[in-house]
Amino acid sequence: MLPNHRSSRLLLPVRMGFVWFSLLVALVLSCIPVGRVQAMPDFVALVLAFWCIREPHRIGMGAGFCLGLLVDVAHGSVMGQHATAYILLAWAAQANSRRLLWFSPSTQTLHMVPLFLMVQVVMLVLRMLAGGRFPGWEYFFTCFTTAVLWLPAYYLLLLPQMRPIDRDENRPL
Amino acid sequence: MVTGHQTPPFFKRGLPLPARATIFLSISLSLLVADLRLNYLETLRQALTVLSYPLQIAAATPAEFVSNTATYFSGLASLKRENQRLQAQQLAMAEKLLFAEQLQQENATLRGLLKVNRAIGLRTIAAEIVFSARDPFSRKVILDKGSMQDIEPGSPVVDPQGLIGQVTRVFPLHAEVTLLSDKEQAIPVIVERSGLRAVMFGSGNGLLELKFLAANAEVKPGDRILTSGLDGLFAPGLPVATVLKVTRDSAESFARILCKPIASVERSGAVLVLSRTDPAPQRPADDRDEASRRASAGRIRNRVSQAFPEPVAADSAPAAGASAPQPATTALQAAASAPTPAPLASAPVVSAPVAAQSTPRAAASNPAPKGD
Repeated sequence: MLPNHRSSRLLLPVRMGFVWFSLLVALVLSCIPVGRVQAMPDFVALVLAFWCIREPHRIGMGAGFCLGLLVDVAHGSVMGQHATAYILLAWAAQANSRRLLWFSPSTQTLHMVPLFLMVQVVMLVLRMLAGGRFPGWEYFFTCFTTAVLWLPAYYLLLLPQMRPIDRDENRPL
Repeated sequence: MVTGHQTPPFFKRGLPLPARATIFLSISLSLLVADLRLNYLETLRQALTVLSYPLQIAAATPAEFVSNTATYFSGLASLKRENQRLQAQQLAMAEKLLFAEQLQQENATLRGLLKVNRAIGLRTIAAEIVFSARDPFSRKVILDKGSMQDIEPGSPVVDPQGLIGQVTRVFPLHAEVTLLSDKEQAIPVIVERSGLRAVMFGSGNGLLELKFLAANAEVKPGDRILTSGLDGLFAPGLPVATVLKVTRDSAESFARILCKPIASVERSGAVLVLSRTDPAPQRPADDRDEASRRASAGRIRNRVSQAFPEPVAADSAPAAGASAPQPATTALQAAASAPTPAPLASAPVVSAPVAAQSTPRAAASNPAPKGD
């Protein structure tokens, strides 16, 4: 596995344990009580999209569905609201996985903005259909704050795979 | 990666993406409808809370620690001020409390004399708002007490100033309170000055709105709005809001009345959950046609006599007077009640058919079969 298709650096295979652990951490981060701050990044969408692009055959819509239900319960929103949005996000990320991996991480950030925007729009449409009130334009900031975190998340989540195969005692990293 | 002569995993793709998407989307959309329209999913939600609540606590505890540390050092001066304020407040309260006890006794005696039902017994449970729910489309907060601490769905939640909301979902260890300012929260209220009954809705932006009041309704800015208690859930007389602005447009039949909540709805930390000690009065069946209502009069009467043994016992046997079994009344009240021919009905909606049947005029005009 390569960091992206233009790179010549070989990565270690991913450990599924780490993938699930990172998704769990994202879930905890998404539960941080912030009151009425609307621009909080959607950590679950970020990590889910990342693994859907890196490992499209292992993490996909099923994971998106389960995580979405958990987020729905934790946030006190309608059941299926986040689930629907995350399924569509996982679908779009999986379908674009091979194309996106040709780009550098910073260019990928630009590609992720519409995906995260779609998550916001899907949830907004579902809730407006259900008779909810419009939460204000700040609501859409979330997709930008989430996309800004793409670059740090990219290196953080690939770090375990960037270790050398043969450990050098003199150079632990 | 290839082990033995099995198919390489490279070719195992499972269902194509659109097919998988269709399956998952249909499941989640049907969940959405089931939750919104049919309210079928409370058990699923309860089950998933077991997974999600530890995560929420894991996230909330460090955040709370950080915010506590931030206020720790600046806290001394503000604590001193708060202490002084609270002491002054307590002095004022102590005086009121003395009078309140006296008034309460007097009130109980007078109510007994009038044969009005006792005031609703309330049990209070102190709780704390842990965090507000993240959902930006609604206004909800999470309390740190749940069904293990006897919190019941539907209970009103108050802070020292007044009503802040209603418990809408109860989980084993926490409960969800829908704030007054939520768009879907409606409560029956009364305008304190004019006694006008109305329904108050949240407007979604932190303010409240009195809806369906005529354009010439007797409401003006500064009026206090209290709960009316007509729904049987909220105790009557809890302060709710003050009227902020009244817009009377001749083109519309209703006035547009904006109110500001009295309690600090969006901020408060410690709250009280009020729950009734006695069960809420049962309503008569909502029958469509008059014939079935008449036929069911006896049934309702029986049900009412089960729900309210006190007033109905006095009703059905007015001559028995002092000898009627009345556990909660003293001998003095019982003696005073004996000459009262038609005692005041306590809950108007419920006891209406009973009162109608007990008076001769109503019985003559009403050809319903005598109950029982």
